[in-house]
Amino acid sequence: MAKPMEKITWQELEAGSVVTEIGNARQYETGSWRSERPVVEARQCIKCGVCWLFCPDSCIVKAPDGHFEADLTYCKGCGICAKECPVGCITMISEEG
Amino acid sequence: MATQRKGIEVSIAMADAVAQANVDVIAAYPITPQTHIVEHLSEIVANGELDAEYVPVESEHSAMSVCCGSSAVGARTFTSTSSQGLALMAEIFYIAASMRLPMVMALANRSLSGPLSIWNDHTDTMMVRDAGWIHIFVENGQECYDNVFCGFRISEDPDIMLPLAINLDGFILTHMIEPVIYEDNETIRKYLPDVRMKNALHPDNPVSMGCFAMPEIYTEAQMSREHGVRNSYPTIVKAWQEWGDLTGRYYKPVETYRADDADYCIVTMGSYGETAMEVVDALREEGEKVGVVKIRLWRPFPFDDFRKAVLGKKSLIVIDRAISFGGPGGPVATELRSALYGKPGAPTIVNYVAGLAGRDVSRNDFKNIILEGKAKAEKGETDGFTLYGLRG
Repeated sequence: MAKPMEKITWQELEAGSVVTEIGNARQYETGSWRSERPVVEARQCIKCGVCWLFCPDSCIVKAPDGHFEADLTYCKGCGICAKECPVGCITMISEEG
Repeated sequence: MATQRKGIEVSIAMADAVAQANVDVIAAYPITPQTHIVEHLSEIVANGELDAEYVPVESEHSAMSVCCGSSAVGARTFTSTSSQGLALMAEIFYIAASMRLPMVMALANRSLSGPLSIWNDHTDTMMVRDAGWIHIFVENGQECYDNVFCGFRISEDPDIMLPLAINLDGFILTHMIEPVIYEDNETIRKYLPDVRMKNALHPDNPVSMGCFAMPEIYTEAQMSREHGVRNSYPTIVKAWQEWGDLTGRYYKPVETYRADDADYCIVTMGSYGETAMEVVDALREEGEKVGVVKIRLWRPFPFDDFRKAVLGKKSLIVIDRAISFGGPGGPVATELRSALYGKPGAPTIVNYVAGLAGRDVSRNDFKNIILEGKAKAEKGETDGFTLYGLRG
């Protein structure tokens, strides 16, 4: 794991700020500023994977029983999964209250 | 080592130099007065004389984008533009420097619109002064030819990795037929190694380029760029020195002519240096203690060389080829004033803006500028700038 962004000095940056560590976007926890989260009704889920396919942040993961749910560390709460789910088993719930 | 002296249009000589440098990718859109350079290169490629990709793009924005892509995979990359073309490139021009992508641009300096004009001054290059490119100004056809090789050598040096613009005055240089000494390919190969890029895009060594930066890292990224440009200085000097050792033609960041014992110096960038030297010769015969200071390296700015050349003089008469509307003077004079502020022995600066959009500045005009400038300096009239030859 590379250093957190706020600890990197200018001397440690590669020329052109080229990122040489693969997949380090994982360190950037985009779920921290979400206003709504998707909640899946697992019993209704038909395990088709449409939400997984459409998620722009690739944060949908497969649960052990085969249904899909969002990894809330990265989910920005855009609601695309809820909109695309063919059986309507995903509901967006406000993070407030 | 065989050299060949040719009487040739400067644009054609420059295109020949790019071909001799064995460039891999050329992406450019034709615009006056740069057109002959890329036109001739397209012929060289179409005739099978150079194994390169010539990408005839639909705009300058695309030209610079193609150049970024080709440079990113480690291909030797060349482009050329002027004025409005540079303005359209501006977005990607900055990005090329920020991503530290080596390439050479022949920037045939032309006035920016408006009013629409196709003629020569430095308003286009001053627009991108702060983009983080290396900027070299050349004076004549030989310097254009030579600096193509020096340009690639500097730009692609693993310690530098920065795009580089060769500023040549549109028409005054691009369309002039001059004697140019061509070096043989063996000399060029000796001087110019293949591109060696540490983080070139390649499936075996995946990297991400051009990522976005949060406020937590943007400042550090800018400092890394600042350090890159500033620290390119010794490598640039070395590259010019080695070119001189091979060919006998030496270049320096700041060059002077009859300046050592001069009280007053005229400061120029680009082709005006040639006329200034002639006029100084004539004025010397009339007993005027005048000299010429020519700034060849504009970025990184050679502060030490410049101060060494001018501290102790009475005054500098600085010719700018661009206006900063509502500002303190032309961009060159403004920077020189700043470079000298508070330094013991600093000369005063009288600033003239001359030769806008190709208005001719003759030997007689140079003489007027020097003598008028000297008189102004003696009277202490050193604020702001004067538009030379203005009616009304």
